[in-house]
Amino acid sequence: MHIFYNFVTGFWQESVKTLKILSRNKMGLFGFIMTTLIILISFGGPLLWPPETSANVAEINKASSAQHWLGTDFQGQDNLRKVINGGKDIVIIALLTGVLSMLIAVVVGSVSAFVGGRVDSILMEFVNIWLTIPKFPLLAVLATVLALKDVVTLSVLMAILDWPALARQVRSQVLSLKSREYIEAAQMLDLGTPQIIFRELLPNMMSFIAISTIFEMTHAIYQQTGLVFLGIVPYSSSNWGVMISAAERRGVLFNPQAAWSILAPMAAIVLFQLALVSFARSLDEVFNPRLRTSV
Amino acid sequence: MSEPLIALEHVNRTFMVKGQTIKAVNDINLNISAGDILCLVGESGCGKTTTGKMIAGLLPTSSGRILYRGKDIATIKHSDRKEYRLGVQMVHQDPYASLNPIQTVYQTLAAPLQHHSFTRGEAETKRRVRELLEIVDLTPPDDFLEKYPHQLSGGQRQRVSVARALTVHPKFIVADEAVSMVDVSIRISLLKMFTRLKDEMGVGVLLITHDLALAKYFAWGGRIGVMYLGRLVEIGSAREVVNHPQHPYTEVLLSAIPEADPDATRAKKRIELRSSDMPSLLQLPTGCTFHPRCPAFMGEVCEKVVPPLEKADWGSDVACHLVQSHES
Amino acid sequence: MPEPVLSVRDLSIAYQARRGQVQAVRNISFDVERGESVALIGESGSGKTTVGLGLMHLLPTTAKVFGGSVIYRHHVNGSDSTGREIEVLSLKGSNLRQFRWHECAMVFQSALNALNPVLRISEHFIDTAKAHGYLSGYQQTAELQERSLKLLSMVRLDPERVWRSFPHELSGGMRQRVLIALALLLEPQLLILDEPTTALDILTQRNIIDVLKELRQKLGFAMLFISHDLALAAELADRVATVYAGEIIEIGNVRTVFRHPYHPYTIGLIKAVPTLTGDNANLVSVPGSPPDLIQLPTGCKFHPRCPLADDRCRREETKLTEVEAGHKVACWHWTHAREVLKTYQV
Repeated sequence: MHIFYNFVTGFWQESVKTLKILSRNKMGLFGFIMTTLIILISFGGPLLWPPETSANVAEINKASSAQHWLGTDFQGQDNLRKVINGGKDIVIIALLTGVLSMLIAVVVGSVSAFVGGRVDSILMEFVNIWLTIPKFPLLAVLATVLALKDVVTLSVLMAILDWPALARQVRSQVLSLKSREYIEAAQMLDLGTPQIIFRELLPNMMSFIAISTIFEMTHAIYQQTGLVFLGIVPYSSSNWGVMISAAERRGVLFNPQAAWSILAPMAAIVLFQLALVSFARSLDEVFNPRLRTSV
Repeated sequence: MSEPLIALEHVNRTFMVKGQTIKAVNDINLNISAGDILCLVGESGCGKTTTGKMIAGLLPTSSGRILYRGKDIATIKHSDRKEYRLGVQMVHQDPYASLNPIQTVYQTLAAPLQHHSFTRGEAETKRRVRELLEIVDLTPPDDFLEKYPHQLSGGQRQRVSVARALTVHPKFIVADEAVSMVDVSIRISLLKMFTRLKDEMGVGVLLITHDLALAKYFAWGGRIGVMYLGRLVEIGSAREVVNHPQHPYTEVLLSAIPEADPDATRAKKRIELRSSDMPSLLQLPTGCTFHPRCPAFMGEVCEKVVPPLEKADWGSDVACHLVQSHES
Repeated sequence: MPEPVLSVRDLSIAYQARRGQVQAVRNISFDVERGESVALIGESGSGKTTVGLGLMHLLPTTAKVFGGSVIYRHHVNGSDSTGREIEVLSLKGSNLRQFRWHECAMVFQSALNALNPVLRISEHFIDTAKAHGYLSGYQQTAELQERSLKLLSMVRLDPERVWRSFPHELSGGMRQRVLIALALLLEPQLLILDEPTTALDILTQRNIIDVLKELRQKLGFAMLFISHDLALAAELADRVATVYAGEIIEIGNVRTVFRHPYHPYTIGLIKAVPTLTGDNANLVSVPGSPPDLIQLPTGCKFHPRCPLADDRCRREETKLTEVEAGHKVACWHWTHAREVLKTYQV
């Protein structure tokens, strides 16, 4: 019980400290708050405002108004409600793909760089070959063969395709840190390769890793949106990507009033990306004790 | 006479740079006993740092052997290997790069203690860390436990580096220019700390430096070895090498160093070199590598034959044809 | 008696850093006489490099000069009379360019990186001359080359070979000498050098020192060099000033300062450097570390490290006062400062 209590208070203290640091950078704070809000709304929103089930013919393709802040779509349904409900998939894809691909990339990249020699050559050859594969067309082909019905499958698939590029970046970072004198000292103290990689080296790369993860997330969002827009990924739930695709197909581009049906989901995606990137900017200070002047 | 702690036998080290071969270390033979104090001096490119790294096990030799307690470090295994790796530690030159910037002093020192189970549990580890900080004169130790490297001065960081080396009970420390990047006014206290390590704990020290005056001070009870373009040209007790230098290069170096005493330094007699061009490591001169610049150049023998390192006057070993021709 | 070539009075420079204001230079005053060589000796965090940059008006934008004056006096060659006086800190534009390199030139610390790797040495000389408004006609180009080659041989380099080379083809010591030759191109009356021999080998250092001595003899310029190397000062300087926490705490003739220094810091510094010829008994280290230039202690800035510190030292800021002919020190206890050696014993 005692240990649990210590863990909780320790975690709380660290979180408070981190928030204090984050709040110093205005952009970062904005990003952090925005990201949290979007995630909360995407998961909690649908519970409060479940998607509408029936069409409302009288309200088709209306522009923004007092009742419908973001207008209505081709079915007469409220766009704002659809946006609230459409975020969940996007968020899951972003988080899953981002974290998973980074995880694989970090392990492969750091081991490859640190161990060097044959292992490094073999792994990098593999990575280089992998990188020549055009991912988007491959995803398209796979979509026809496999049933990409749910978000998790798509995320894992994208993660598998994306990790090599990240691994290369991780490897060059590790290579540059590997020759630092404190790493040499750790080797002299015989601390063992796993400990050196995971406790001495990688923590020095945390801001790089965190920021890369976030950029990978934005990349995944774009990829998914593109796939949906092209109709390659035919899963049933409605998300922002599907909203854009559907609206486009219904000729929204020729009807100025209906523009809201395409602008609303677009804005949502852009806002999410912006929030993530702004958040990334403040992470450098969190992870680098030198930049912290005082907490 | 007991066997030396560390022995170098015909050690060579070559590097490949852009397809060209550089012989950084050329046929070094050296014996270091337990608790020895030794200074390797020379200018940049003479191979002293490379030699230090090979002794510490950070670089393999290209040919030749390095023996630790009589066993070849390239082939030892298991417990012998661990004994060697922990037995020889290194302190680097740059105090700003030698500590992990995201670890506190305590974390840096605790890591090796706990990894090798020298201490168990946090209380014991903390106690030992405090002890080590006191040995390196970082007192009161509690002031330093939670500090990050960027909160410490250069001299303090070097002391932490030494404390870190001491966590594994080394028998020998290689200090590569360990005081060169530290303020002049505190170098002496750092060097005195190293001397105390030898006196109180029997830890030998190899100080690599380009500063001969510093070498004279530090190695006064030990030896100085002078290196030139990868070879050891003179080695002997510090007293003798400084007061009775025999190799022409040593003489030139000693005469060239400016002293922190206006009268002494301006009155010093300079020895002129035959040529002021420093040969490149890519094109080493034949025979004695110093012959193109040597003021005591004797002709063909210096151009063709590499002088061996042999016993000369005053107990020093010197690699010079002129000196040896006087001996015979 | 001609007036000094450089007169610095109450110069104060501060940087704006995140944590606060870094008071790098505080009320520094000194003179450099015509043809004289003055050494500013200090360690890390003493502010000495900032002084050098300030004198050449080369401070980064985060730095501000808070007061004081830097007066440069141009001497007409061959006569004792003083030419015009220039307040360096108020120079701008073409006047500043005229001052830099014509009157006063600087050789920087990271000399090894100060040369443009894609330009030959010849282009460096031509570019420098052009930048300072020197080159405008065909005849002048030939004259420039002649003078440059002469300078290169004065710094003991093979002029033809070096003229055609790229910087990476030259060794560190050679590049440093090229920079010195470059600095002397427009015959300045004052040469400022920042750490001229740091990071160089013993024999290369010796070369540079000898070259500087010869050049001073032949060309007669005044020299101000900034370094942490006491031995360099002992070799080259006529007068030495020790700099601590942004101010000059002792200044005097080189022999006087080395033989009987009066400031506890200078005393400690001199006894901290081992020599080959001396006996190295009783070498010391100065305890503690230099103060944080953002949060300086009250009173005498050295008092936290000084065994002689008393209430007066803690309260009152010291002033540089002349205690012997030509020897000034800023310490309340200068008369018995040598006692610190007993406490400094390591």
